[in-house]
Amino acid sequence: MTQPVQIILAGVDPAEPDNWRLRNYLKRDGYVALKKIIANKIPPEAIIEEVKKSALRGRGGAGFPTGLKWSFMPRQYEGDKYLVCNSDEGEPGTFKDRDIMQYNPHILIEGMLIAAYAMGVKTGYNYVHGEIWKTYERMEEAVEEARQAGFLGNKILGSDFSFQLYNHHGYGAYICGEETALLESIEGKKGQPRFKPPFPASFGLYGKPTTINNTETFASVPWIIRHGGEKYLQLGRPNNGGTKIFSVSGHVNKPGNYEVPLGTPFAELLEMAGGMRGGRKLKGCIPGGSSMPVLPGDVMMKTDMDYDSIAKAGSMLGSGAVIIMDDTTCMVKALERLSYFYYEESCGQCTPCREGTGWLYRIVNRIEHGKGRPEDLDLLDNLADNIQGRTICALGDAAAMPVRAMLQHFRDEFAYHIEHKKCMV
Amino acid sequence: MINIEINGKQVTVPKGGTVMDGARQLGIYIPHFCYHKKLSIAANCRMCLVQVEKAPKPLPACATPATEGMKVFTHSQQAVTAQKGVMEFLLINHPLDCPICDQGGECQLQDLAVGYGTSESRYQEAKRVVVNKNLGPLISTDMTRCIHCTRCVRFGQEIAGIMELGQAGRGEHSEILAFVGQTVDSELSGNVIDLCPVGALVSKPFRYSARTWELSRRKSISPHCGLGSNLIVQIKQNRVMRVLPRENEEINECWLSDKDRFAYEGLNSDDRLTTPMIKRNGQWHTCDWQEALVFTVEGLKSVMEKHGASSVGALGSAHSTLEELFLLQKLVRMLGSGNIDHRVRQSDFRADDSLEGVPWLGMNIAEIEQLNSILIIGSTLRKDHPLLAHRFRQAVKKGAQLSIINPIDDDLLMRTAHRAIVAPADMVHMLAQVLKAVAETKSLEQVSAHIKQAITAVSITDVARAIAKSLTTNPSTAIFLGNLAQHHPQYADIHAIAHLIAKVTGANLGFLGEAANSVGAYLAGAIPGRGVLGSEIKSDQNGFQFNAARMLGHDANAGPACQAYILMNLELELDAYNPQQAMKSINDAEFVISLSTFKGSITSYADVVLPIAPFTETSGTFVSTEGRVQSFNGVVTPLGDTRPGWKVLRVLGNLLQLDGFDYETSEQIRAQVIPAEDAITRYLNNNLKDYQVNISSKKLDGLQRIGEVPIYQADTIVRRAGSLQLTRDAASPKAWMSTMMLEQLGAREGEIVRLRQGNGEAQLEVACDDGIPLNCIRIACAHPHTSSLGAMFGEVSVEKL
Repeated sequence: MTQPVQIILAGVDPAEPDNWRLRNYLKRDGYVALKKIIANKIPPEAIIEEVKKSALRGRGGAGFPTGLKWSFMPRQYEGDKYLVCNSDEGEPGTFKDRDIMQYNPHILIEGMLIAAYAMGVKTGYNYVHGEIWKTYERMEEAVEEARQAGFLGNKILGSDFSFQLYNHHGYGAYICGEETALLESIEGKKGQPRFKPPFPASFGLYGKPTTINNTETFASVPWIIRHGGEKYLQLGRPNNGGTKIFSVSGHVNKPGNYEVPLGTPFAELLEMAGGMRGGRKLKGCIPGGSSMPVLPGDVMMKTDMDYDSIAKAGSMLGSGAVIIMDDTTCMVKALERLSYFYYEESCGQCTPCREGTGWLYRIVNRIEHGKGRPEDLDLLDNLADNIQGRTICALGDAAAMPVRAMLQHFRDEFAYHIEHKKCMV
Repeated sequence: MINIEINGKQVTVPKGGTVMDGARQLGIYIPHFCYHKKLSIAANCRMCLVQVEKAPKPLPACATPATEGMKVFTHSQQAVTAQKGVMEFLLINHPLDCPICDQGGECQLQDLAVGYGTSESRYQEAKRVVVNKNLGPLISTDMTRCIHCTRCVRFGQEIAGIMELGQAGRGEHSEILAFVGQTVDSELSGNVIDLCPVGALVSKPFRYSARTWELSRRKSISPHCGLGSNLIVQIKQNRVMRVLPRENEEINECWLSDKDRFAYEGLNSDDRLTTPMIKRNGQWHTCDWQEALVFTVEGLKSVMEKHGASSVGALGSAHSTLEELFLLQKLVRMLGSGNIDHRVRQSDFRADDSLEGVPWLGMNIAEIEQLNSILIIGSTLRKDHPLLAHRFRQAVKKGAQLSIINPIDDDLLMRTAHRAIVAPADMVHMLAQVLKAVAETKSLEQVSAHIKQAITAVSITDVARAIAKSLTTNPSTAIFLGNLAQHHPQYADIHAIAHLIAKVTGANLGFLGEAANSVGAYLAGAIPGRGVLGSEIKSDQNGFQFNAARMLGHDANAGPACQAYILMNLELELDAYNPQQAMKSINDAEFVISLSTFKGSITSYADVVLPIAPFTETSGTFVSTEGRVQSFNGVVTPLGDTRPGWKVLRVLGNLLQLDGFDYETSEQIRAQVIPAEDAITRYLNNNLKDYQVNISSKKLDGLQRIGEVPIYQADTIVRRAGSLQLTRDAASPKAWMSTMMLEQLGAREGEIVRLRQGNGEAQLEVACDDGIPLNCIRIACAHPHTSSLGAMFGEVSVEKL
């Protein structure tokens, strides 16, 4: 059995009230990576190279190679450039970034510092989800500590490198987790995704080149710099470097965050989480947050937890929110709840999502309440087709994918609901 | 340049161009709602999804940049499936109320639903209902029909310069609305009606009055501001039902100001005259044309016999046609009088003899957008020239520096680089400062010794230096004189110094023409001392040559003015620079003839009223502020016994037995003014020669009035446009002062005060505006509530009640 290998959560003790503080972070090798870079005047290109080597992939959901993203940033650009941390963790089932910021905030600050150094950025924003106010306050305290200690601000550690970091909290709109909507929100506008291209690397915050990464992505960087990209890669699997925090929720005995190497078999992760609640059977699992396709229990049990393996199994690793459903779960009801979420959270900007999410929800709601019609299942499939890939941002896809997967794997259950006007479980 | 292929056809688009641009070049129609050529790309309706080779999913044509070798299919199965899918989503919550929707027949959604919709809906759930909003008297809403394309929102942000509409709420609950409790008050607001692709925003005045397919479309030209907007006038049963823009990229683009769009309501007002009227023994009688014209001729002859021909004065309006103004000046000059003018709101005519040509914009309208530095002197820009203001706004957006010298500090809804807000009496001095500051870096060789001497004592303020720097350091610059400058009591000096600054800096000098035919009136010879195309008329030929001020007694030192007046298209109690004195002159006259479209209060001072046709009922020509000659035909037949003004003047000429009044068509008259081959631009010139500038201004005691013309009081038609009169811009005038002046007066905002000017008084509410210079009070003119007061500028006393 794989032991939990901890990079981000190593030495982190939520029970200890001062564990998050700078002095304790320093004891956990905190800011060693930053000091190393500054002391040795490591060239920025070398840092990006190291991150590329590590095969670190974006932990926010899309899994885009981080080093590659950093290399898109126009390094020679004279004007303002921005670094943004996406801590707007809104994906249902995901609660890892909250814990990173709550219990180990300096690792995020150090990660952002290294990224800023590598890309020649002087200003950064950390956009914190609007519904975790305490965490936002914790980040504020941590940033202040870092400023006092000379890790943030002008001429960091006596070098020519300066970096200002600001925390910015949202107001709880899911759509603001979409990176361009997040930028709009920081600019003080209504959080609505932008059409891409242009991408943030050329036209980002206030129209300036901007790099946006997830909290966990930044938090992985100090270790990579301390130990080298190669070593990080070896923790995981080829193309799936390092560890990943999985937020395990649902019908397990010990729901919570588990940091394990990528490639850890799902069965082991489930065991770490205390196994199925009441020893019941695993019916289905959403392996990457609510917008990813559900997989049946038996498929999941044969799958390893890394980007490529989960994709092969027919879903996506996403943000790493593992939602466990046992055999008492009504999949119609589960989908109704998911569809309601996307219906409520659609920003309303573009047609297929604004109109389609409501339509999807209403049909599933009808089926759940015994008013389904035989033609509804084909209609749902077709509507999901008409939404997916037709919208400005991925929220349309996020609303469509759960519907399609539920119908693919649990169609009988939906048909039963329609025919018998009640649940089969 | 980038080469792409759309549906197998090759097309080249500029770098940064989109698939939509390419398709438009090829004439391939891609269905769309949110895309609009004049607005930013939103890509939110998703109707323009097309197939692009190698792209995994359909892409929006409006937002997808063309890349070299790209292959696009707009009618492939993937494209059409996507488009139909979007159409289905657009229709599920759209009410099926086309039969009662005003947009029916000109609805983009309706049209595209024919091609991309199905006859039956798969949507079986309840439809969304959205509460309507009150956006003011011009725009009616049916928000349930809205498809959230945000064209109206983008219009406000990008064209009108103010975001009065926005999309609030999320997802299905998102709605287009104004800020809480607010209406849409932009002077360009009506354009959102055209932009709305569905029946969510429709015209309130036009609503439910006709179906679009019942309307005939006739071309016309706007008779209001100097821009010369091209119009489509829509008529039904010989009645003007509404006005829409006729696209002309060089003039109004695809826009119209609200004044141009909604003023048509005035044409159908109850105040229209329909028969001639004469006053016999103090009693008004309606009569036929024969009797009225004979009465007119007899009255005129009687005055001329008693007081001589030079006792006749003629005043026209710059809102009248070239043909009417030409015949008016011809008539009065052939009678033997030189008293003709159209500049009834001008007060300073000292530069008349120095004009080198007809004052005009000095450039083409579209060229404004290319300027790098602009100085506007004395203008309520947005209200006087709503669409020119938009051109300036676009210039500023492209980086032009805008400076203003003005007695009021209204929000122009664009960035102003430098603002010199000074009392009217200090404007000349401010310009002198700019001239002196310009001289610090530019040679004053071309400037006379007299001026150099005059400005030696002037000390330069920071703002004057900044304005000068902006004008001297930018490549493409222009100076414009607005309406307020043209009405100013030191207009001649303002003009002269602006001319010098322009000369020294190389800037273009221009005038923002007040009325549709401000340039045309000059060309037609409707000014004293100058005939057609500026030809000189020596005063010894025709005795006196009174200008408007002289005719209307504004010059207090002069003797009595005229004994007979021919007024055309004027309501002097509202249109004159000093209505008090103007009405005294008129009332003192023996015989007053009014050619007018509306009754108004004309019968209180005229002796004969001859009903003439407005622009929709006559053919004619306007020459716009950029010198563009635009002729038009009547779009409906004249109301009642109304006749086109040119025909009335022709018959009058004949009855007065004057030669050369046998025109058969308005084209024949036009040909007398506008040379057939010759471009008229050579008669347009803003330069002054040999004018002695005087930069010292009279020291004024007490409060100085700043009298601006309210946007919806500017001409006779718009004054009667019911819906426009309900807008905020048409609110009753207030007496605006700075906080300090209010404190001195001991008055509070909202109190009623008594204002005295000359021999008249008015009672108005006081209001606070700290943008008003010290010792100034802003009181609108051209309004019934203030017409008892005197000149647009000058001293006013205020008392608390």
